[in-house]
Amino acid sequence: MGISGEETRLDGAPRKRRPIQLPWQDRITLGVMGGVPLLITAGLIIAPTIATIYLSFTDWDGLGGMSSAHWIGLDNYRDAFGSDPRFWPAVEHNLTWFVFLFAIPTPFGLLLAYLLDKKIRFSRIYQSAIFLPVVLSLAIIGFIWQNLIYEPDNGLANNLLGTTTKSSDFIDWLGDSSINLWSVLMAAGWRHAGYVMILFLAGLKGVDPSQREAAAIDGASEWQVFRNVVFPALRPINIVVFVITVIEALRAFDLVYVVNYPPGTELIGLLVTGSILGESSRIGYGSALATLLFLISTVFIVVFVTTQFNEREAGTGRFATVQKFMAAFSSARLRGGNR
Amino acid sequence: MSPTRITRMAGERKSRVSTSVLIQVFVAGTAILWLAPVLFALYTAFRPYSDTADNGYLGIAQTLSLHNFSTALSELPPFYWNTAIITFPALFVTLLFASFVAYVVSRYSFRVNLPLLVLFTACNLLPQQVIIIPLFEWYNQWPLPQWLGGGDYGVWFDSYFGLIMIHIAFQTGFCTFVLSNYMKTLPKDLDEAARVDGAGVIRHFFTIILPLCRPALAALATLEFTWIYNDFFWAATLMTSGDKLPITSAINNFKGEFFTDTNLIAAGSLLIAIPTMAIYFALQRHFIGGLTLGASKG
Repeated sequence: MGISGEETRLDGAPRKRRPIQLPWQDRITLGVMGGVPLLITAGLIIAPTIATIYLSFTDWDGLGGMSSAHWIGLDNYRDAFGSDPRFWPAVEHNLTWFVFLFAIPTPFGLLLAYLLDKKIRFSRIYQSAIFLPVVLSLAIIGFIWQNLIYEPDNGLANNLLGTTTKSSDFIDWLGDSSINLWSVLMAAGWRHAGYVMILFLAGLKGVDPSQREAAAIDGASEWQVFRNVVFPALRPINIVVFVITVIEALRAFDLVYVVNYPPGTELIGLLVTGSILGESSRIGYGSALATLLFLISTVFIVVFVTTQFNEREAGTGRFATVQKFMAAFSSARLRGGNR
Repeated sequence: MSPTRITRMAGERKSRVSTSVLIQVFVAGTAILWLAPVLFALYTAFRPYSDTADNGYLGIAQTLSLHNFSTALSELPPFYWNTAIITFPALFVTLLFASFVAYVVSRYSFRVNLPLLVLFTACNLLPQQVIIIPLFEWYNQWPLPQWLGGGDYGVWFDSYFGLIMIHIAFQTGFCTFVLSNYMKTLPKDLDEAARVDGAGVIRHFFTIILPLCRPALAALATLEFTWIYNDFFWAATLMTSGDKLPITSAINNFKGEFFTDTNLIAAGSLLIAIPTMAIYFALQRHFIGGLTLGASKG
């Protein structure tokens, strides 16, 4: 601080730069630079979010402008919880989606990251291979798995197991509603594990090796070192991974849409789009489901944003910190980010 | 050193060697398993339909050819082009806007900076389904002049412009966060020097700050290209003309329409995935290395 000649307050905090010093032309320029992107975000993200919440309390059918909507209170929510036969299965499937991703591909990704972090030979090649599905879109993944893995007669799965249509124990991976959610989740997990692995790899590189060594010299077993030293040190990444997994499960859409959402794979996200693209245009009802998605995701977005920004404020602002956040954030979006 | 100690150390080394072999086998096995769907697609794509009919999909191929790829390629180019029309402008404007906002919040101390940054960051984590219903309705009403691609309806719906705008809105938040962190690390002296020189905001931004952000911009460009290329949701909901769809969301229409057999479908899928895989393999340093290397210094 002293080098750059900035004054320091008595409490040691650097004195804030006073914007008053800027000429008015510059202030206008800065206003435009910040204002235009803000306007786009306000118009295309914030306003629609508010409109979604408003519409969820109306009976609007999409005709004659939003002003023709009638306020019907909580009726749409009552419909969802009480009478729509697809609602609770969809909730259950979204929940299954989360629990599955969280319980299987996530720990598996951590295990892979831990092993790859040991500087084993060909580590980079293995990383590239396991990360590959992450750069593919969920739509292409769905397409490949549907047509090449799960295809009843020509697909890899049935050919390996000998369970094609000619066989008596034929497995209809995507058609059978008792298993098709799991078939889709296999493909989702295939991608999620690689994604989580890269995140944890970045986190593991930040764990202080001297602490590990100290614990090992004290006679701790590898598992004890992992549990008591490595895993706690991964806390920031753990939070990121947890939130990403939740958001991923809430956003779940593409994969199921591509395989033509057979019965057994209903999801909240699909019911929402069904209300505008599908046969019935129950805008108000769809908005109520979207509002529920909004409420749940907001909880986790708040967790994410507060932890990220707290750390950011606590951090030293060095390049390394930036890179860590870049890793964390990219991951937040890689998953589809915007897909 | 006592003899027992030495034997114990030798034993430890031996067990460490066998552990590392186990790890190699496990990780290599996982890598192969993870590649299997893609490798199977590749193998299938190189085989003519007749070959798989004779020898089975798991059988040993008697003939390999590029025929499936050339057939698929005769249908795909217009869809690649649609993707390019959407992806490149969206990518360019997103990075430009994000660096604008990042510049404002990281190089100046306005009171709105932190709320602004939090807002941008939070917005891009929302599930897209939260906003799609009003967006869909508004896109059907907002007028769009013909010269911006308003099309048959003269509205944002079913236009490249509309898709580009939603990509910009959704992606700017993430890029802003990354770039603002990056810009914060640049020395404050750069601002002082520029002010002494009498350089205005615009010149300071374009000639000093932006060029220094090249590494971050390169990493973001590779990631954003992949995300926008891979978008399925926006195009599936905000586009309706089959011939205007970007390639990722057009795949649903391909089966049956263009791609008749599994072998052709395999070739088509791989061709659709090739641009992102190529970017990934060519720029892996930016894609992963750039993201993880820095973390090791933390």
